[in-house]
Amino acid sequence: MDNSKIGHHISGQFNKELEDVRNKVLTMGGLVEQQIELAVTAFSTGDLEMAELVIKQDNQVDALEMAIDQECMQILALRQPAAFDLRLLITVMKVINELERVGDMAERIAEMAIQLSGGDNSKHDQYYELEHMAELVQEMLHGALDVFARMNIEDVVTITGLDENVDREYGSIIRQLITKMMEDPRNITRMLDVLWIARSLERIGDHACNICEHLVYMVKGEDVRHLTQKELEKKMKE
Amino acid sequence: MTAQHTRTHAIDVSSVLQGQKKSSEPNEPCIKVENLNLFYAQKQALHDVSMEMSKKKVTAYIGPSGCGKSTLLRCINRMNDLVDNVTIEGKVLLDNENIYDKTVNVAALRRRVGMVFQKPNPFPKSIFENVTYGLRIQGINDKRILEETVENALRGAALWDEVKDRLNDNALGLSGGQQQRLVIARAIAIEPEVLLLDEPASALDPISTLKIEELINELKEKYTIVIVTHNMQQAARVSDYTAFMFMGELIEMGTTSELFTNPRKKQTEDYITGRYG
Repeated sequence: MDNSKIGHHISGQFNKELEDVRNKVLTMGGLVEQQIELAVTAFSTGDLEMAELVIKQDNQVDALEMAIDQECMQILALRQPAAFDLRLLITVMKVINELERVGDMAERIAEMAIQLSGGDNSKHDQYYELEHMAELVQEMLHGALDVFARMNIEDVVTITGLDENVDREYGSIIRQLITKMMEDPRNITRMLDVLWIARSLERIGDHACNICEHLVYMVKGEDVRHLTQKELEKKMKE
Repeated sequence: MTAQHTRTHAIDVSSVLQGQKKSSEPNEPCIKVENLNLFYAQKQALHDVSMEMSKKKVTAYIGPSGCGKSTLLRCINRMNDLVDNVTIEGKVLLDNENIYDKTVNVAALRRRVGMVFQKPNPFPKSIFENVTYGLRIQGINDKRILEETVENALRGAALWDEVKDRLNDNALGLSGGQQQRLVIARAIAIEPEVLLLDEPASALDPISTLKIEELINELKEKYTIVIVTHNMQQAARVSDYTAFMFMGELIEMGTTSELFTNPRKKQTEDYITGRYG
């Protein structure tokens, strides 16, 4: 299924409205991706300005969420869409909710980056796993947005498959943090902040998976939420 | 609340979830159409149509003008017999009996299968006489029976409260929406099994339309209903099953919720989403 699914309505105005919603979602997705990128960099470099920017920009993510919601609601009320159009709008309303949460996660990472830079600012190299985990979830979110942009769900299984790696990294980070806390209780406050970051990244991975599931519903009309990775793979082959 | 009152038993939501699936339950078929072909002289208007309509459910036919939905509807009570040069092949089974059998009494069939048209067509008589018309031609003249039937039919058509004090007024003095409900009352007065509605609300204002839709919802408790409509939202609102027709062919039929959210055929999708295929 391709982008032209949105067009070809007899009503050109309707085409324009759907196209507009789609573009706004992609803009919101791009903004959220940038938020994660900045937040993670702020954490690893201790750049406070960058962290502040992430916190400031979260308002824009929220504003986009409300604007898109409003537009979807208006189309639902005025056009009574059916079939793919209906699934598109319902999916958009769910996807932007996930994106908004991802934005909040980025904001939290930025807050933690600020707190962490207050103490010993020099050493972040011990969080190599955290950076790797960040790369993974960024890849997942980017993939999910790409699925939306192209309306092609071929890559969904690959993207959701990455979540297992994310969870594994998360488990290993927790083990490391516990070790460090036990080594020296004075580390506990800092380690808890780092834990928040790891937790936020892990949640971003989950949100990316949710977005993928919503998109499968949009394209195929099939509800694939709450399935295991194996069940999902099987469903996608059907 | 004290700790003693804290609920410890598991909450079972299966009954709530079951309720959602009701519309897709298998149903007893009332009308079966089998390989129906219809020709107006040389022109074929229906191409090998086969479908089943469930008892006490609402089935809607949708499709562009000239796609054969009214023609198909009119086959169900043999209204097409009245058109010159019509050839019909195939079967229409009502309770497993082919209505096109030579032995079938067409007048009796039309008593079992009532029909309401797009334009309200009350007779230029009183409201009372309109409703009792069908009974009178059957030779029923007992005043008590007639009065009872009129009240029941008008209540059934959600019109009683509006006209009970003026049953002897001329029916043509009613509003369009009231006239259409009167026509429905006239149809149900003879207690048919099936009601065929051909665009019953297309000439009515939005409020009257809603009243008719509400009425359809109540009538399906007792009757099998088949409705033809150009208004897709109306089909979506009132029907349990929807059939999409195009150029005399049945393209797709399914539960209304399925057809309007996830149609199987591209042609259906293009039509219901307002695209040119």
